Amino acid sequence: MQQLLNTALGGLTLGMVYAAFALALVLIWRSTRIVNFAQAPMAMLTTFVALTVIDAGYSYWIGFVVALLAGLVLGAVIERFVVRHVEGGPEINAVILTLGLFIVLHALASVVFGNRYRSFPAPFGIRGIEVGETTIGLTGFGIFTVVAVLVVMGLLVALFRFTDVGLRMRASAFNPEVARLLGVKVGRMLTLGWALAALVGSLAALLIAGGSLVHPGYMDSIVVYGFVAAVLGGLDSPLGAVVGGLLLGLSLSFVSGYLGSELVALAALGILMAVLLLRPGGLFAQAQERRV
Amino acid sequence: MKQRLARVWDASAGRHLLLALLGLVVVVLVVESVSDFRNVQLASLAYLGIAAGGLTVLTGLNGQISLGHGALMAIGAYTAALMLQDGEPPIPLLGIVLVSMLVALAVGTLVGVAAARLHGPYLAGATLALAVAVPGIALRFGETLGGEAGLRVRLPDIPEWVLDAAYFVTGSELTRSSYVAYLAWLVLLVTYVLLANLSRSRVGRRWRAVRDDEVAAELAGIGLGRSRVSAFMVSAAAAGAAGAVMAFAVRLAAPSGFTLTLSLTLLAAVVLGGLGSLTGALVGAALLTFLPDVVTDAGRSAGLGDIRAAELAPLVYGLVMVAVVLLAPAGLVGTVRSAAARRRARSSRSGRDTTPDRRTTHTDAAPTGAVPTSKGDVR
Repeated sequence: MQQLLNTALGGLTLGMVYAAFALALVLIWRSTRIVNFAQAPMAMLTTFVALTVIDAGYSYWIGFVVALLAGLVLGAVIERFVVRHVEGGPEINAVILTLGLFIVLHALASVVFGNRYRSFPAPFGIRGIEVGETTIGLTGFGIFTVVAVLVVMGLLVALFRFTDVGLRMRASAFNPEVARLLGVKVGRMLTLGWALAALVGSLAALLIAGGSLVHPGYMDSIVVYGFVAAVLGGLDSPLGAVVGGLLLGLSLSFVSGYLGSELVALAALGILMAVLLLRPGGLFAQAQERRV
Repeated sequence: MKQRLARVWDASAGRHLLLALLGLVVVVLVVESVSDFRNVQLASLAYLGIAAGGLTVLTGLNGQISLGHGALMAIGAYTAALMLQDGEPPIPLLGIVLVSMLVALAVGTLVGVAAARLHGPYLAGATLALAVAVPGIALRFGETLGGEAGLRVRLPDIPEWVLDAAYFVTGSELTRSSYVAYLAWLVLLVTYVLLANLSRSRVGRRWRAVRDDEVAAELAGIGLGRSRVSAFMVSAAAAGAAGAVMAFAVRLAAPSGFTLTLSLTLLAAVVLGGLGSLTGALVGAALLTFLPDVVTDAGRSAGLGDIRAAELAPLVYGLVMVAVVLLAPAGLVGTVRSAAARRRARSSRSGRDTTPDRRTTHTDAAPTGAVPTSKGDVR
């Protein structure tokens, strides 16, 4: 019983991180029809920026904020100067481009920051909270993780719902040509979208890194889990991404807890395949228009 | 005689065979004249080339992207390693390559059937998951598959007749590494002839038709699913053969050999050389094999530590990959070919006011100017 509870709690915490990562993928997919496979190394790079700041003697929180800002800038720069050229082009070019970026950022981090494992601090305890006699699997950092992701999601919803910029971003994603005719600077909105997505990705990376080890490849499998979570939700729906992330976090946590951690990636593959074959549009898909 | 040769040359199968024989001669000359270390490199060039050739068929001709070919290579390598545990296998090495190929083919068929319904980023994501998941299997079944440490591959002794034949042809003793290099290149040449013929055949035409316009292909009576699955099967088989050769060359099948990076660099090789051209795949594989040394040395002399310098090579691949997509989507070989074709077109029609005709470019290559799905440049 206790193990069940702990596994579920751990799964939900992890699920929140996958949800954040999936959300970042969905933000980009909605506006540019590109799956940003370079998301993981982009986020990893910002964690190393945070680590550099923290190692220089500043507090965790300064590192945290700097990393998020670095993500914001990195996302904007990559969209504006690299990805811009393949937007709206053949799908395969965009896929290859983001994979090229994946390799570049990965190697760049190894060259600049080195290839060894380094420990990343956590702002809160990473021991389970004690309730009465027993220790439950919810850590202080876990609570922080859940709260941080919820806050960021809330801010995003507020941005899209209630602000002018959010409206323009939605218009650009929904129909770029009409938006442009109506005077929306679509290019700028896409840049902003990528920047925000990269920020959310950086948050996910910081949360995964907290209290554990980082090295240039530590986010690699997360791009797969984030993708699976996003596909579970249908790639188009932010809410779907969150639900998909939580579902995936739970399932993977149970696989890891009861079957063995080496099977987690295999389970993710199985879930992905099952969803793509049964409901290619994701669990939340409406009836799709038929192609020709 | 000349006429007959010309006829053989015109039939594409004949041309591919002649080229392969020529290739064999070149291979013998090269393998005999270089050091053992270079022979090991040649073998690794060969297995990267075989896998990249298969991926070229899939991505270049059929427009499906796969990031899981490293995993399929792992399946081939583990199959070969399992059969070579005792050192004296029941069948010759080429038979082992064949078996590894068949096992990868079986797995590839399963993946292909699932993948046939996916496209673009979905397919990339699914195969990415495959690449990340497969090494976990080796860890799970640690007792048979050796876990983290992997399986050692014990190559059997070189058969007497091979030693004799090699001595007869080259006049020098066959070393173990040159034996593996020969084996690797033999597999490569056979694979390439088969792939080249296949891509020139009706099957290949169907693959290209599906890549260029799904709807039109379907209207023409081509089964999209069947065409996609068959392309995936062929390329999975090539990856399996490559994996077996890799096992011979590296003498080890371990999870660390089949990281995501391997799958991504295979794709890099295909993109660098030019999607859709087997020559391009080989050029890309050569870059992957020889570039690291050059770049790493450059990095070391620039004052970087060994480990950091070693990361310069992927940095360069990645940068070139990005640059190719942005600047020369036809890849290195494709760009050179289309430039040559343009020049030819200009000189043959000088005086007339014409724009370079696309159809004059080499039909073996992807349509120049764009990576496979030509929808993009129509829009």
